[in-house]
Formats: sequence, structure tokens, C-alpha cells
Amino acid sequence: MSFTMTKHGTVVVVDVDGQLIVGNRQELKQKVLDELEKGERKFLIDFARTGYIDSSGLGVLVSLSKKIREQGGELRLADLNDDLKTLFELTKLDTLFQIADNRDRGLETF
Amino acid sequence: MTPVRERWPYASGDMGGRPGDPSGSDGVRLALDLEVPTDVRLIGRIVQLVSRHVRELEFPATICSLNVPVALSEALSNAMLRGNEDDPAKRVRVRVLVYANGVVFEITDEGRGFDLDECTQDPTTPTNVLREDGRGLFLMRRLMDRVERYTEPHGLARNVVRLTIKRPPAANAP
Repeated sequence: MSFTMTKHGTVVVVDVDGQLIVGNRQELKQKVLDELEKGERKFLIDFARTGYIDSSGLGVLVSLSKKIREQGGELRLADLNDDLKTLFELTKLDTLFQIADNRDRGLETF
Repeated sequence: MTPVRERWPYASGDMGGRPGDPSGSDGVRLALDLEVPTDVRLIGRIVQLVSRHVRELEFPATICSLNVPVALSEALSNAMLRGNEDDPAKRVRVRVLVYANGVVFEITDEGRGFDLDECTQDPTTPTNVLREDGRGLFLMRRLMDRVERYTEPHGLARNVVRLTIKRPPAANAP
């Protein structure tokens, strides 16, 4: 499980490799907050290589979205597989986040 | 990483007559028994191990990649953080009973238990969707066919959460 951050123009892209669950959610949160602290404002989390997300992982996404918005920024998501789409639909978090089909579409819409 | 004690399979006679048994007393095909210390970093590994067993039994892909991992992760997280209050000295036991037409997970912690209905919230309301917490039990109940909680009737009277998921009818055909 790992989180890789790369800069694409003005957008910080975070790749979630593995699971986003209670055991590693704080690592993702801290990495994104560190970038926010440095002045970054646009974030795209790419789930192309993500297995599953639990409620703690979903909670971290909600928390980050709030904190980024408070600083005038935006968090968007991309590349959810069918399982993750189901999870977001079940919890209605698909109504809270802007979700792109893939990374390129996500970057284009910023 | 802390070693995980594993013992399986059980004799089929260990499985009969329990509430939530999806197939009756004779249908058990596999059981897994783990006991781990309270450490949320172990959850990913446990879920991976259990999901692999379920996948090998040719359950539908979505059950293996979504229903089982997420529901089990929620149950383990609740057991460690709420039941055992994140105390590494306390243990969590995970039993996995695989029947011909379903899977049962029993997650036992050292807590006092809770009221399943009282503690389950609807995270999809306009207010709750903005909350960071409150989705765990909801997801368990949406992703499993049955979720039960009971206190062990003897011994240490520990708290048990029992999750049952049935194999979909089409996949259950011979």
C-alpha cells in the first residue's frame, strides 16, 4: 500500500496503490495536508490501482475535501473501478465529489 | 508484523446449528480461525487472507473484491477501535465459516457489545453525507445478507459480530 504524489501543471495527483483503509488513512491525510500547507490547492486522487476503500478511507476523503475547500482549493477523484463506484453510490458520496472517468479527464476539468 | 495464528479447517461438526448458518449443519466447506492482537495495521493482511480463501471457492468476483473486503474491514476496525478500545493487549478472533451457499464471519472482541440498530446510522442523508464517520455499520449491513451481534453465552462473555453472505442463486447452481 502506498501513496505517490506527482505534480501535473497546477494539480497534485495522488495515486493510491493498494487499499485505503483504517490502517493507512492517516498517511494519505498527512501527505495531502502537507502539500496544502505548502500552498497547493488543486488535488486529484487517482484510484486506478486501488483495491478497496473502507469507511475510514471514505471519511478521510470527506475530511480532506472540506479542508482543501476551506483553503479555496478543490479535491477531485478519478478512475474508480466498478466496485468503488458501487461504494460511492451506496454512501451517496458520488454526489459530494466530482469524479472523472480517468486521470486525463480529471486534469482537463480543473 | 505480528504473527497471525491460523488453524483450519475445522471438522464440519463444529459448524452445525448456529444462527445465521446459510446451509444447515452439513454444508461447511472450509473454516479459518485467526487470533490477532489489536493493531489496525493488521487489518489489510487479514482481509487479504480471507478474501483469497473466498476467491478460491469461486464466489462471484464482486463478493470477493467488494462485499467481503469492505464488510470484514469494517467489522475488524470496529472490534479493535471500539470493542477493544485500541488496546494492543486485547485480542480479536476471526472465524470464517464457508458453506456451500454462503460465508459466515465471526469477529470476536473483548468489549461489552452494542446495539446494532441503535448504532447504525443512515450516512446518505443530506447532513450525514458530509460527516467523516458513521458509515461502517451501514456498509456492513448493505454488503452482507445478515449482520448479527451477540454476546458469547459462556466463557469470557465476549462480543461477537456475525456476518453472513449467501452465494447468489445463479452461482450456486451445480
